[in-house]
Amino acid sequence: MADQATFAEQATPFMDSLYAAAMRMTRNPADAEDLVQETYLKAYRGFGGYEEGTNLKAWLYRILTNTFINTYRAKKRRPAESDLGELEDLYLYKRLGGLEAATAGRSAEEELLDIYTDAEVKQAVEELPEQFRMAVLLADVEGFSYKEIADILEIPIGTVMSRLHRGRKGLQKKLWDYAVARGLVA
Amino acid sequence: MADGNCDDALHELYGYIDGELTPERRMTIQHHLDDCPPCYEAFDFEAELRIVIARKCTETVPDALKQRIADALRQETSNPDHAG
Repeated sequence: MADQATFAEQATPFMDSLYAAAMRMTRNPADAEDLVQETYLKAYRGFGGYEEGTNLKAWLYRILTNTFINTYRAKKRRPAESDLGELEDLYLYKRLGGLEAATAGRSAEEELLDIYTDAEVKQAVEELPEQFRMAVLLADVEGFSYKEIADILEIPIGTVMSRLHRGRKGLQKKLWDYAVARGLVA
Repeated sequence: MADGNCDDALHELYGYIDGELTPERRMTIQHHLDDCPPCYEAFDFEAELRIVIARKCTETVPDALKQRIADALRQETSNPDHAG
């Protein structure tokens, strides 16, 4: 049984990351703060159920996600979010990939970091329909494995992969649309 | 030596980037990338995009929230209130 006295020491290092995820989930700073606070309280109360040495980050994310689903998603009655539709593979690469050729010596990462602001990338993630947003958050922002994501979201691994692949393409389309809207590309 | 073709490799792009392939499959794809610059560039772009997304979606917890949470946890310790 994990010792509550060590909870703060063990769990606090994950607060920035949990807060970032909460921001993308709730899309509202006030709700994000409440969600993180509630998550820490629940985690503290339930810390006896955490098995020392196992993946604490995943354990905390499971609480965060469940609390979000049960508390904050229910609150906001949004119209049914549309599906992403069918998007081709390598969506952004096929459209932006040529930029690398224009600025020889710079990596794709450097180009992308320059083209998009933090706010744009965050907005693109937040605009994804929720089931795709969760998968992209957990995989790309937080670096969880498919198995860990499946455990956190309580869905099959196949569903994780499907939502992740489609979510990434949806994200890429949004990033492309931003570039077009800003006149960055012809 | 390189095995499989570009379609095969691209089909497994995300599995490769996400580190979810078996070591054997990963090595097969790696060999293809070593021999195929167009595929290598596509893989590289996707991998780097992932890094950019992670870097741009970071946040710093406001100090006030850190304090509120620390206070709330302290209160839990001194006055346990297990609300089910």
